Amino acid sequence: VTADFFLGRYPYVLIAVLLILGLYGMMYKRNLLKKVIGMTIFQTAIYLLFIQGATKTGATIPVLSPELGAGAEHYINPLPQVIVLTAIVVGVAITGVALSLLLVIYRRFGTLDEVEILERLRESA
Amino acid sequence: VSQIPVLIPTTLLLAALLSLLAGLRSRRAGHLVAVAGMLASFLVALAGLRAVVGEGEALRYPMGHWMPPIGIEFVLDHLSAYMTTLVTFVGALVIVYAPRSFAREAPGKEVFAYPAMSLLVAGLTGMCLTGDIFNLYVFLEISALSAYALLAIGDRAAPVATFRYLIIGAVGGGLYLLGVAFLYSSAGTLNMADLHARLPELVESRAVIVAALFMVVGLGVKMALFPLHFWLPDVYTNAPSAVAGLIAPVMTKVSAYAIIRLFLDVFPPGFFTEALPVAQTVGWLSAAGILFGSILAIAQQDYRRMLAYSSVGQIAYIGLGIGLANPIGLIGGLLHILNHALMKGCLFLVGGAVRLRTGATRIPDFAGTGRIMPWTMVAFTIGALAMVGIPPTAGFFSKWYLLLGTVEAGNWVWFAVIVASSLLSAVYFFRVVEMIYRDSPESAPPAEPGEPPPSMFAPIAILAVAILAAGIFNVVIVNELLERVVAPLGG
Repeated sequence: VTADFFLGRYPYVLIAVLLILGLYGMMYKRNLLKKVIGMTIFQTAIYLLFIQGATKTGATIPVLSPELGAGAEHYINPLPQVIVLTAIVVGVAITGVALSLLLVIYRRFGTLDEVEILERLRESA
Repeated sequence: VSQIPVLIPTTLLLAALLSLLAGLRSRRAGHLVAVAGMLASFLVALAGLRAVVGEGEALRYPMGHWMPPIGIEFVLDHLSAYMTTLVTFVGALVIVYAPRSFAREAPGKEVFAYPAMSLLVAGLTGMCLTGDIFNLYVFLEISALSAYALLAIGDRAAPVATFRYLIIGAVGGGLYLLGVAFLYSSAGTLNMADLHARLPELVESRAVIVAALFMVVGLGVKMALFPLHFWLPDVYTNAPSAVAGLIAPVMTKVSAYAIIRLFLDVFPPGFFTEALPVAQTVGWLSAAGILFGSILAIAQQDYRRMLAYSSVGQIAYIGLGIGLANPIGLIGGLLHILNHALMKGCLFLVGGAVRLRTGATRIPDFAGTGRIMPWTMVAFTIGALAMVGIPPTAGFFSKWYLLLGTVEAGNWVWFAVIVASSLLSAVYFFRVVEMIYRDSPESAPPAEPGEPPPSMFAPIAILAVAILAAGIFNVVIVNELLERVVAPLGG
């Protein structure tokens, strides 16, 4: 594998690294808040993949301009951007619900440490 | 253009909003609005089912009159009519059942729970109706978010279990979305019918193969396909009965539906069986899941936890139908979506009724309930017999079609798995039946003896009757609906 391989694909390498980083945080961090941070990194990596697929050099916003004409090569494809916007909204909602769950958990157990919470649940059972 | 496809979820979305507004003024009004919304949506779905079966072709609704593939379309075909009718039917019954369950198990949370239940069913019906793979993701997350909210209001451990479900669910949804990204970048469209037309040229493309893998694994997490099921038992065990009674019957099934939809109507014929052995893999994992779920169900002392492990096993029957990939086997899997929804709904609702009357959630504490609430326990026994697969209950027929499918495929291992798991289900359900009809110990007199109130008993009774009806009329369902669904498989 040469350096060119990575230079030509560095956005994808970055996205893959972020995905794995996010998954790692979600699976292996004991603190529940850090799991939420991992989840956010994971989601952001997916948004970046959509954006990376939609980049186009020398094109402008997708509003028909009389100077440029109707040629598709002059405009970027708006669909991936809209998808990412929608996905961000979904992601924010998930994060919001996750954080409100953490509030309930913290009030009930006084900690966000997963191992400790499970221990307390075992004691009360 | 028929308005039916879009009316099914939008009725529920509107009802969710109105139910919240009404509920803030009066709890009762909020509930009534939610009931009205679910019933209306069920009636529309039923009208849609009639129209689709009558005309023999799909109803299509282009959103905002943007024609597909540019716009998003809602498609009510045989498969989505089948699914939406089932989902709204269970939804309508459970929302009628809910108030007494919430009053006992999650007091003070009702006002927000009814809108969340409406949103959950709206999301699920949306998943079944949409003809756009990204739109499916959005509805998937709408249903998931409302499910998280509902599941978290249960017992002490519920928020912890729900949080773990949320994290694993976010991975599942994220993987599906990654798959959508790969598919869009290679085929340039999100419309299912358009993808079906374009993908045959791209079967060699590595991006399409990666997309299929991500999407199936993502949906597999949401479907609780073994070994991705580990979030499920804790979540079902700690939820209020009304919530478990809604989520356990329908939610995982709709993700299974999404896999079947990808298999039949998005990816080219043979892609999931030859180009990439998705179907076989799902089938073998399901075979393992059936045994795993059934064996662990035997070991459980908590009634709800036993049902949850049983769900892991029963959902896998649907996966087995996918794995067989022949018409008769997939019919068995599809029929099991309906049958298992009715059976599991009935059993979870019975659990809630017992909890209301005696406070029992552990199986040993069920002793004597057969005398306290005889009719409810008749319903339980019908549900249990159906889970074991005794004719003429519905559970027998889906297993029968699956068995025919394994014979046709010549797969004797799966044949043995189905037979063995029926015996295992007999072990864990007859254990409960025996307990129910045993005399109760003197030490624990029931707090409030008698049958559950009508708002709880009626849904249980309707589900029990539906279990028998779905068994007796299984030929009608198969001939009118499912034969059409599996037509892409040939034969």
